[in-house]
Amino acid sequence: MESWYFTEMPYPHLPPMEKLDNMRVAIPNRIYDPRIGADLYHRYLDEYLEADDVGLNMMVNEHHQTATCLDTCAPLNLAILARQSRKGRLMILGNPVANRGDPVRIAEEMAMIDVMSRGRLEAGFVRGVPYEIPAANTNPTQTLERVWEGIDLVTRAWKSHDEPFNYEGRFFHRRLVNVWPRTWQQPHPMIWVTGSSDLPNIKKVAEHGFVFATFLQPHTKVKEMFDAYRSAHKDTGLPGGGGVAYMPLVFVADNEREAEEGARELTWYLHVKTEPQFGNPPGYVDVATNVQALKGAFAGRSAAMRARGMEYLRDEGIMCYGTPDQVVKQIKSLYDKVGGFDHLLMMMQAGHMSNKRTVSNIRMFAKEVMPQIKDLPRSKSRPWIETLPPAAQTEAAE
Amino acid sequence: MSAVDARKEFLTVSGIKVEVERRGKGKPLLLLHGEEAYEPEAAFVDDLAKRFEVIIPSPPGFGSSERPLWLTDPHDLAFVILDIVRQLKLTDVVVVGFSVGGWIAAEMATIDDSFMSKLVLVAPVGVKLGSPTDRDIADVWLLHPEKVAKLKWHDPEKGKRDFTKMPDDKIAIVARNTETTARFCWEPYMHNPKLKHRLHRITRPTMFVWGEQDGIVKVDPYGKGYAALVPNGKLSVIGNAGHLPHIEQPEAFMKVLNGFI
Repeated sequence: MESWYFTEMPYPHLPPMEKLDNMRVAIPNRIYDPRIGADLYHRYLDEYLEADDVGLNMMVNEHHQTATCLDTCAPLNLAILARQSRKGRLMILGNPVANRGDPVRIAEEMAMIDVMSRGRLEAGFVRGVPYEIPAANTNPTQTLERVWEGIDLVTRAWKSHDEPFNYEGRFFHRRLVNVWPRTWQQPHPMIWVTGSSDLPNIKKVAEHGFVFATFLQPHTKVKEMFDAYRSAHKDTGLPGGGGVAYMPLVFVADNEREAEEGARELTWYLHVKTEPQFGNPPGYVDVATNVQALKGAFAGRSAAMRARGMEYLRDEGIMCYGTPDQVVKQIKSLYDKVGGFDHLLMMMQAGHMSNKRTVSNIRMFAKEVMPQIKDLPRSKSRPWIETLPPAAQTEAAE
Repeated sequence: MSAVDARKEFLTVSGIKVEVERRGKGKPLLLLHGEEAYEPEAAFVDDLAKRFEVIIPSPPGFGSSERPLWLTDPHDLAFVILDIVRQLKLTDVVVVGFSVGGWIAAEMATIDDSFMSKLVLVAPVGVKLGSPTDRDIADVWLLHPEKVAKLKWHDPEKGKRDFTKMPDDKIAIVARNTETTARFCWEPYMHNPKLKHRLHRITRPTMFVWGEQDGIVKVDPYGKGYAALVPNGKLSVIGNAGHLPHIEQPEAFMKVLNGFI
């Protein structure tokens, strides 16, 4: 089991929630103070480096026009970490390829980070949550199609070494693709793709040999998705061999009271407020799901989840918190319930959580929890070193 | 709702299976419904069917019509409807289009209006008249649904549909129509930047009909500006009505329509 540190880099200094219509998309940036923001950026990056020091891998993501996530350009932060971190793997989950509209540029950015970090990159691609649609203006009825065509173009760009090629797809047109630098890892870095319900799409991820990742879901739903992945997985020779990843909120402390207080701070993220039109843009989900939505089947679902409290979140595997032994037990139980998984992605900082508390969380997890879960068998695993060019393999082995 | 003598069939044009409904007898009247397809259910259509053969195609992606991937905007849909006109050998046709259906009708007329006798555009979208930061057309996907209802209807109660009382297959059509509208009208939002430069090609008498309280596209400046771009364009305004004057004020609407056609 691989463990990954993650924060959305929030800007939590907002007016009282009841005075806001939205914490995403339409929230005015008048509220944002760049001086506080600068301190936050440096602080959050320092926390990533802390995680690297104690043996965790690092995961970054991006969102737009929101106070919940000030990492609006994940490759920038990943590039900083590629230079400043020393050993952990660097994962972006991910590149919003449907929304960015320039897959070749993404191929270049990822190749730079892969080379700069000497092969530590894991390149994720995401469709983007519904809230991203207004910011990107991407047609919500075809983001999934754009993701797959984007991945196709990026991987072709990475794998092409001898001469430029042209690409004339449905969405992306390039007359001459010839990416420099080429990637460090061969044939290219592992690709990760996220999902939250669409089983045929999860099987497609598995058939490509990519890693599938999902976040903050009840364990029964996670198992359903992981089973779909396992039923269709093919090892296509990519570094690491594929596998599945799950993200809960994680807080660990040496006593239960502190653990509960830390965990409560993490739930800030679950209380984010957004107007309904941003949550389900037209055609983002399929017709059958929208039929249920029109009949009111999902009304009040998030409110109900919030109302059920922290114990419910812990029972469902959406949050792991407690003393180190309690957290180990929860992770192992979750591991068993979902049929095993390869990567534990952990949102360990959110909302107002201080640097002190965050660092304590990171250190205690690495020292007390990680040694007890790192040997949980991975379902798919091939040493990353095998994928390096022969010369680099020798170098890395020494 | 009892449709008089309704006949539904699928035609294949440009390789696309398109659902076409025909009602009544008489001279042909081509009805292009709006994005929410309220019109085929409305009583005024049966009134029209007493004097006309009302032909109601579901454009690709609407109703049960297919939606191939290569179609990307209402300009493409205009060609498909023109293919239907050709296949049915229609001539001397009154064409009536509502909102996005009005946009399709306007696109058709700029390509070929030789088969048309008259053109009626009811609160059509399809052009942008203002500057980049003007919202010519209220963004129905950006605003809170309750606010959209207030902009769309003079009386928002009229727009309410009770989905708990509707069978799933009907709700699926509603959901698919919404999806299709986004597919074709997302960007540029509800308009084709080229259309306003082609409207001068329309030769047939054209009536624009607008609800006085339309908050989606306002009669002034949008309706007036749009009508002024069509050589024989006239504008009729109906009081106590929003974006769907034919649903909110059917009698006043029919009076305007009958006076013109």
